[in-house]
Amino acid sequence: MKQDKVIKTILMLVALSAIAGLALIAVFIVKEGLPIILRVGPSQFLLTKDWYPREGKFGILSMIVGSLAVMTGAMIIAIVFSMGCAIVLTQFCPKKFVSLLKPSIELLAGIPSVVYGFVGVVTVVPLIRENLGGPGLSMLAASVVLGVMVLPTVTSIAVDALQAVPRAYWEGSIALGATRWQTTRMVMLRAAKSGIVAAIILGMGRAIGETMAVIMVAGNSLALPTSILSPVRTLTSNIALEMGYATGDHRQALFATGLTLFVVIMILNSLALTMSRRRAKSGGGR
Amino acid sequence: MVKRESTGPSDGKDREGMKRVLQAVVAGSLVLFSSGCGKGRALSVVGSTSVQPFAEVLAQNYHKKFPDRDVVDVQGGGSTAGLVAVSSGLADIGTCSRSLSPEEAKQFTAIVIARDGLAVVVHPSNPVKGLTLQQIRGLFSGRIENWKEIGGPDWTVWPITREEGSGTRESFVNLVMKKDRISDEALVQESNGTVKELVKGIEGAIGYMSLGLVGQEVKALEIDGAVPTAANVLSGGYPLARPFLFVTKGAPSPVAQSFIDYVLSREGQKVLTDEGLVPAK
Repeated sequence: MKQDKVIKTILMLVALSAIAGLALIAVFIVKEGLPIILRVGPSQFLLTKDWYPREGKFGILSMIVGSLAVMTGAMIIAIVFSMGCAIVLTQFCPKKFVSLLKPSIELLAGIPSVVYGFVGVVTVVPLIRENLGGPGLSMLAASVVLGVMVLPTVTSIAVDALQAVPRAYWEGSIALGATRWQTTRMVMLRAAKSGIVAAIILGMGRAIGETMAVIMVAGNSLALPTSILSPVRTLTSNIALEMGYATGDHRQALFATGLTLFVVIMILNSLALTMSRRRAKSGGGR
Repeated sequence: MVKRESTGPSDGKDREGMKRVLQAVVAGSLVLFSSGCGKGRALSVVGSTSVQPFAEVLAQNYHKKFPDRDVVDVQGGGSTAGLVAVSSGLADIGTCSRSLSPEEAKQFTAIVIARDGLAVVVHPSNPVKGLTLQQIRGLFSGRIENWKEIGGPDWTVWPITREEGSGTRESFVNLVMKKDRISDEALVQESNGTVKELVKGIEGAIGYMSLGLVGQEVKALEIDGAVPTAANVLSGGYPLARPFLFVTKGAPSPVAQSFIDYVLSREGQKVLTDEGLVPAK
């Protein structure tokens, strides 16, 4: 039908423009960011911690460390809680509660990040300041807030992975006399492993790319963090903090920071993709 | 947009829904378009977040007094961002909360609209009343790590600074730090408001912010014996003062000039002094 064709063309154009947009962004970031990395020297840029834009010193080591440290902390929190959620929801929970619990966990993903940041500033930060010392704005605060933020992403993908395991695996294990927990641990989690890893890596991508909430609770100082109570600056907050003002080399250095982040996230995403491909393949063979 | 007649009863419902969506989209874009048109007539004032609250009050009063003249649209973004916006023609007037560098002074026309003190603030329970510039430099550079070193309580010092490129930060560096660097341990916040919130919350904190915005919740320190008040900034007794600038590229346009004239008039200046600033002249 003619109408079908028109709609098909329009949808195709829309889809292509989205991809073209992505390509343009990639080209633009590389074009703006790469020259200064080459001029300063990649090792100087990535492996020194002196960030003094006014003096022409651009080293982002402490931000790379900050981003990775905050992400690791967030993932530890997110993995513990979301694996707990996913196992309970798929293995131990009556169906009635699942239909209530899963949507409410997914609802967490819809809360704007600035709200998470604000809640972090008024609750988590004073809690850390009063009980553990330091200024409160810290790696720990950022990790806690980010951990809660990525929890819904990781949980819902892990739930899907566990639900995709064929029922026969479960039945077989139970029939052999294994308890429910033994079945979960030794059969279900192993069978869903690649999907769970993909969930974790997607969560990592989200955690490392988050900006607003992190600016509000991390303290943003430039020193290398020495403990989980030290304030840190992440790659994303460095860009967002200084973007409004930056001109010339400083602006380019911020694009280079973005380029670094882009590369890290690309690596994480392609890892996730390979993992889920592997899952699809093993799923096809069942 | 082509409107089709419904071809059969079966898809009539879908069509109806589709039509409603289309109507909503068209209506939405019309609203956006018309509001865009309205903005074309506004005089845009962009720049320093320190000047922004004052410029907003001025814009309101200006509009009240001259309802027939162009609306003034005030936006933040930062001093340097304001300069960039003016030089690229995106803004009519840029606002700046620091002196222009010699290079910038060549490119732009600057008008001092007011002067503002830079207050050094601490937690209200901090017994320290005043500091010397030397001591402030020590606190912010990380050489003084505990308040007891300068006769205060046994609290760790937590310097709080603004982000690189902020007009407030640049004024502070030029007036206080000179060649010293602000410690890389310092916490970095992105507005006067968040600096104030943090100083209010952390006992050992020390920060700097616009004198006009200090309020009651934090304590502004005496510097070299001078009390931080607008009167002392005016007399020159208080050492930390900076200009608030309106910046244009070349001579201001007639529309911009009429707003600038209002700001520099006795009435405009009174608005600024009532808000805690020091008049330009």
